[in-house]
Amino acid sequence: MENLILEVNDLTTKYITRYDENIYAVDHVSLKVAEGKSLGIAGESGCGKSTLALSLMGYYFAPLHYTSGEIVIDRRTISGMDPDEVRKSILGREISYIPQAAMNALNPTRKIIDFIADVVQAHDMHANKKEIYERASGLFETLGLPVEVLQKYPVELSGGMKQRTVIAVSVILFPKVLIADEPSSALDVTSQKMVIKMLKQLLETGFISSLIFITHELPLLYNVTDDIMVMYAGQIVEKAKAKDAVFDPLHPYARGLMGSIIVPEEGLRDVKLTAIPGVPPNLKDPPSGCRFADRCRYVRPACTAAASIEFRELADGRAYRCIVPEGELREIYSKEAERYA
Amino acid sequence: MPDERKIILSTRGLTKIFGFGRTKTLAVDRVDLDIYEGEVVSIVGESGSGKTTLAKMILGLLNPTDGEIFFQGKPRDIRSRKKKLEYWNNIQAIFQDPYSSYNQFQKIDAVLLDCIRMRGGRKLPKERKLEMMTEACSFVNLKFEELTNKYPFELSGGQMQRLMIARIFLLKPKILVADEPTSMIDACSRATILDFLMQLRDEIGMTVIFITHDIGLAYYVSDTVFIMERGKFVESGTADEVILNPKDFCTQRLISDVPKIHEEWDLSTVEFPS
Repeated sequence: MENLILEVNDLTTKYITRYDENIYAVDHVSLKVAEGKSLGIAGESGCGKSTLALSLMGYYFAPLHYTSGEIVIDRRTISGMDPDEVRKSILGREISYIPQAAMNALNPTRKIIDFIADVVQAHDMHANKKEIYERASGLFETLGLPVEVLQKYPVELSGGMKQRTVIAVSVILFPKVLIADEPSSALDVTSQKMVIKMLKQLLETGFISSLIFITHELPLLYNVTDDIMVMYAGQIVEKAKAKDAVFDPLHPYARGLMGSIIVPEEGLRDVKLTAIPGVPPNLKDPPSGCRFADRCRYVRPACTAAASIEFRELADGRAYRCIVPEGELREIYSKEAERYA
Repeated sequence: MPDERKIILSTRGLTKIFGFGRTKTLAVDRVDLDIYEGEVVSIVGESGSGKTTLAKMILGLLNPTDGEIFFQGKPRDIRSRKKKLEYWNNIQAIFQDPYSSYNQFQKIDAVLLDCIRMRGGRKLPKERKLEMMTEACSFVNLKFEELTNKYPFELSGGQMQRLMIARIFLLKPKILVADEPTSMIDACSRATILDFLMQLRDEIGMTVIFITHDIGLAYYVSDTVFIMERGKFVESGTADEVILNPKDFCTQRLISDVPKIHEEWDLSTVEFPS
């Protein structure tokens, strides 16, 4: 039995707008991440990827509110805990989060070592400067960052270097789970590769026990993570091993996403990219039944008639949310492929 | 058979230097470029390699420090305002950031009406204008009735970029400069935008200059690829030649840095700069 680091059961969180509308951006999400494993979350903009990341930390502030569900990190339930307690003992130590464009969060008037001192002292009041410096330089050395960076101001660093520094700062307390929300979307391809290598290194050397990686760049996800979950309109619609998710997706939406992959490889020019028509539904009042129904090519009357769509669990940790059984779905796809060829 | 095709735009020794004295930077360094009519040309490079500067000079938004640009065989003349507008009838652009491409005080109708006016449709009856605008919007899968009386900020990024393509549909330029048109929108809408762009090219037979840092994208859309590095072209050729069989070191690095799905992505070659 693998050692589970993060376990989430039926987590639901909502945004309350100023007009008192409830928007369920994370709707009954369950996930499991084992020790040493990484999980990728994919989906288009507005599908709730970033909200899920925020919700996983167990630290909620308006307009985001916790509704129901359970978050367990290393056999410790953090959902429903007092927010102050979460901030003191969970954030940074158990779970750490790198937001989008994290490098812009660095205050230009402070040195990098000051940010690290801030994080360490927030959790351990008695830590002294010398200890912190030794700890930080040790970490920077292992991560391939020059130690001189510690005494520099953020403006003296390049974009890629800033991003890697932020990652180093966020793992200084050795959190069990690291959530990286589009850590490389603002970087060019060369710096992106360095960031990815660093994240993988963190996981391999055991600085962090598990990684949750959020992005809409599917080739990147495929190369970084072990499992991939596809999100649509606040729900998980597909869960599979990275290889299955990319080459053999079951849910029609996941299939549409995989059809939009562009990589510089032979044969790309012969493939026609498939675009998904339409826009995601407004979550203010989500459609009943399947949320993807009005954009789906294989839609049938039963899709919208059902009250909710069952999340079908298959062997090997696969699951997908569709009313059509696996065998029938595969038949549809293979028929379509034949017609295309 | 390059001789049979017509060159629509070419540059000779095009150079741009920013700043002076100690802060002098050479952004574009003596670039010679020939673009044939009806082809899709990609200019690929890392950030800071000078590809946007080159595009801005071709568009006539920046004055080159040195060198010449030939449009349809004749040296380009945009010294007067009138001649510049005439030139912009033939060459149009889609920029990277859809949010800053529009005048925020102008409604969507006005944006499209401007395009009709630029093509000499000022005196057309109102119904005909409406018809043209509706046609342009439906080409990119937008509903004109939903857009009238709206301001640009009320649209999403993908919708704005599609509206930009609707503009090009009305303007029917000979050359389109697309400067990273898909880098600000997410991977899922990217396919839609590219589809419309390529449909439009087939419809009005324009030449497209596609500027991007994503080498996969360049491979997908273009006939000819130019790789740019430090203001110079380091490699050029047909898309298959350059991407599948790269010769220059910069091209090889650009390709190896992009994650792929059928080949192993080699992370061991990464070196952290010290």
